[in-house]
Amino acid sequence: MAHSHTAKRYSGLMDWLTTVDHKKIGILYLIAGGFFFLVGGLEAILIRIQLAYPDQHIFIGDTFNQLTTMHGTTMIFFAAMPVIFAFMNAVVPLQIGARDVAFPFVNALGFWLFFLGGVLMNTSWFLGGAPDAGWTGYAPLSTITDASSATTLQHNIMGTDFYVLGLQIAGIGTLIGGINFLVTIINMRAPGLTYMRLPMFTWTAFITSGLIVLAFPAITVALVELMFDRIFGGAFFDAARGGNNVLWEHLFWIFGHPEVYILILPAFGIISEIVSTFSKKRLFGYSSMVFATVLIGFLGFMVWVHHMFTTGLGPVANSIFSIATMAIAVPTGVKIFNWLFTLWGGQIRFTTANVFATAFIPTFVMGGTTGVMLAIPDADFQYHDTYFVVAHFHYVIVGGLVLGLFAGMYYWWPKMFGRMLSETLGKIHFWFFFIGFHLTFFPQHFLGLMGMPRRVFTYQPGHDLEMGNLISTVGAFLMGIGTIVFLINIISTWAKPKTAVADPWDGRSLEWAIPSPAPEYNFKQTPLVRGLDALWKEKMAGNKEMIPAEPIGSIHMPSPSILPLTMSLGLFIAGFGFMYEHYIVVGIGMAVTLISMFLRSVYDDHGWHIEPEELEDKGGRA
Amino acid sequence: MWRLIPLFAVMTYLLTGCGDPTLSALKPKGPVAEEQLFLMKLSLFIMIFVVIVVFAIYLYVLVRFRKRKGDNSIPKQVEGNHVLEIIWTVIPILLLLVLAVPTVSYTFKHSTNYTKDKDAVHVKVTAHQFWWQFEYPELGIATAQELVIPKDKKIAFELVSADVSHAFWVPSLGGKIDTNPGISNTLYLQADEIATFQGRCTELCGASHALMNFSVVSKSQADFDAWVTKMKTPASVPATAQKGEELFKENCMTCHAVNANGPGVAPNLKGFADRDTVAGILEHTPEKMELWIHNPQEQKPGNKMPAFGKEAGGKLDDAQIKDIVNYLQTLK
Repeated sequence: MAHSHTAKRYSGLMDWLTTVDHKKIGILYLIAGGFFFLVGGLEAILIRIQLAYPDQHIFIGDTFNQLTTMHGTTMIFFAAMPVIFAFMNAVVPLQIGARDVAFPFVNALGFWLFFLGGVLMNTSWFLGGAPDAGWTGYAPLSTITDASSATTLQHNIMGTDFYVLGLQIAGIGTLIGGINFLVTIINMRAPGLTYMRLPMFTWTAFITSGLIVLAFPAITVALVELMFDRIFGGAFFDAARGGNNVLWEHLFWIFGHPEVYILILPAFGIISEIVSTFSKKRLFGYSSMVFATVLIGFLGFMVWVHHMFTTGLGPVANSIFSIATMAIAVPTGVKIFNWLFTLWGGQIRFTTANVFATAFIPTFVMGGTTGVMLAIPDADFQYHDTYFVVAHFHYVIVGGLVLGLFAGMYYWWPKMFGRMLSETLGKIHFWFFFIGFHLTFFPQHFLGLMGMPRRVFTYQPGHDLEMGNLISTVGAFLMGIGTIVFLINIISTWAKPKTAVADPWDGRSLEWAIPSPAPEYNFKQTPLVRGLDALWKEKMAGNKEMIPAEPIGSIHMPSPSILPLTMSLGLFIAGFGFMYEHYIVVGIGMAVTLISMFLRSVYDDHGWHIEPEELEDKGGRA
Repeated sequence: MWRLIPLFAVMTYLLTGCGDPTLSALKPKGPVAEEQLFLMKLSLFIMIFVVIVVFAIYLYVLVRFRKRKGDNSIPKQVEGNHVLEIIWTVIPILLLLVLAVPTVSYTFKHSTNYTKDKDAVHVKVTAHQFWWQFEYPELGIATAQELVIPKDKKIAFELVSADVSHAFWVPSLGGKIDTNPGISNTLYLQADEIATFQGRCTELCGASHALMNFSVVSKSQADFDAWVTKMKTPASVPATAQKGEELFKENCMTCHAVNANGPGVAPNLKGFADRDTVAGILEHTPEKMELWIHNPQEQKPGNKMPAFGKEAGGKLDDAQIKDIVNYLQTLK
């Protein structure tokens, strides 16, 4: 108690730059991820404009390749991942009855690394052109650095450097974020909260964190090798000098496939929470749900070759990975039926969150079934790298993940911001987005089968591809309108006072036991958990709130710090140094990072305390 | 009802047909593509069964169990149901087993390497940014952009790339395979009909990935043999085209061969006069040929051929380009 708390507080912008509070970091992730989502969405609209009619000349050649590359990379790494991290930050500590994550400083560092990595990659638009070798960055297209061939090939040789360095910096952030949540969920659960009482979203966050820790090293190795090939004249992927381009494909997909589950598992978690809350029933088959999640995570590492059936690995490898891929359909099916039977016999309320969540179920089933079709290597010879694949992965990522994320936003918005989003605007948002989504991507299945490869900037008239492409473009615009309605919803409700109650949805898990938005210290007293759906259990027992597991006392809080930002900025600067091969700039950037690390190591910071008296006036509404 | 609106839109769209018969994987023109379509249909029917079951339960649940006004009762908190859970674990496993058997069998069948088979026609494919080279090692000829094959015969491909990765795809005849630099892949296809099929590159390979088209011409065995003989005979240049031939030798010969006896750094032009396209994408007319020679970058961004037209920074005037085009049309 010797430490004063007033001296450690910042306000305004400095508060946001130095925060280590998981709730504020969650909001930062949401804003940054939302921003990149809009950027990636704009790129998607431009792609669809070019493809609306055959033989158009709006964005052709390398410009188009830059658009598709940036659309994919931005959406996966800088939109979907951070929004998932936003929810993990905003919700997981609350669901486990913790006051923060295990390493608040690392949490802030993870955010700034991701954010500056994303900014670095997007600065490419203003510095000569964006990466253009696809989000998969297949070598040797991605290793071309010979300036003379660049002029004749109209290939933007610098672009891929932004991809290599942006993803490396952001990747460190994601990796430490994953470690942080693993430790948090293992160590910081409230008394009585055993693993088999964890809310489903926390379970999926747990598995996703494990997948991040195991999968990200593969892409890190791949990116480092690519960086060596590009910047230092290495030959990892150069066949002419004894390298092998298929090596990149393996490393990329050893990461890339688990990444799909890193993305979708938290969406499964969100859907489980929402479906259960709005049908007023506990999750059907909770144990099998947990088991299915673990199994999907495990199998997710054994199927990467299904992205490479046409690489030429031979029928033995193709068959083994085909069967492993089909096997994933079983635990996924278990989840689908568990959701349906959670709804069965319930009192289903169609709030916007639940409309998104229930729309997720059939849409995801459609994406999953085309996944099984794609798992057949011989048939995949026809599907591979066509619009059929584009349709499939947008069904699982947009129809699955993005619908899940929107559901999560409407659901947890009051807990994050203390305001409810408008239900009317929410429903308008849903219909535009949902109808637009199916119009955009359903015809693409057929375009692929009818002979349209993916990543093409145009197609010739007279091959029956015109109608499908036009419908697809119309759909993309409807999705755009839906997203704009969502932005209007945010802005218009922002103007209203913070009136959200603690438990607006008749919730079941711990986050609904504390005020909206959650106070800085989350729980005045750590709650005692007496079963699955902890809050629901207390409500059913006639208790108004959770039973505390400790007396009211002074609460220890971590100190804010600017060092996560400066550490990340140092790497950001060094990144530019590497790209332009100015090693002095590399030195300066690394110095900034290392000095920040040094300062972090030598200054003992014991944090600060919130005293009980202060709790009384602030937590009055609890 | 709301779900039906996009469905109707899609159905109308589907009724317009399943694509161009020379490009669609849904209209197979050879045994490989046919068997692959069988696999697609088999998996599709199994999956449609799954989708129907899920949708039926889903719609029933959403209608039947919606919250009624004034009903504030607490539903029974069901933990799970072992029988149901076993059913929806075992049935999918059985369905997948049904699917797995033909999957594995066709995967092996279609990966058979026929390049050493005496009855198959052996073709060596080399992919370039952004064109295709086809060599027939046993016949001693090479061509580009337009692959000529005899119908009803297995064509055993050996594929490699000269620069970045590409992928070789003729949807009407069967699935694709990547062309990697330094590692060769094999594939076999067969055509049942005399026709010209469309080919596409399906691996992102640079600025003109979208324009890296080729075609496959299947002929009767007799016509194919005649084509081979013709390819082996040098074209005779009529007097009217000699000016063009001179210009061609001066400007084009360093890259483009006009005899079918070997590959080159650019497409082999032997038999060019009989092809259906210029550069795989333009109509085969003198105007388009002039357009192409004048400035190839306008037509196919990023390809390696420099502009020859004076206005585009080259050294040939319009009359000279016309002479070359005149000569090209004699390359039978």
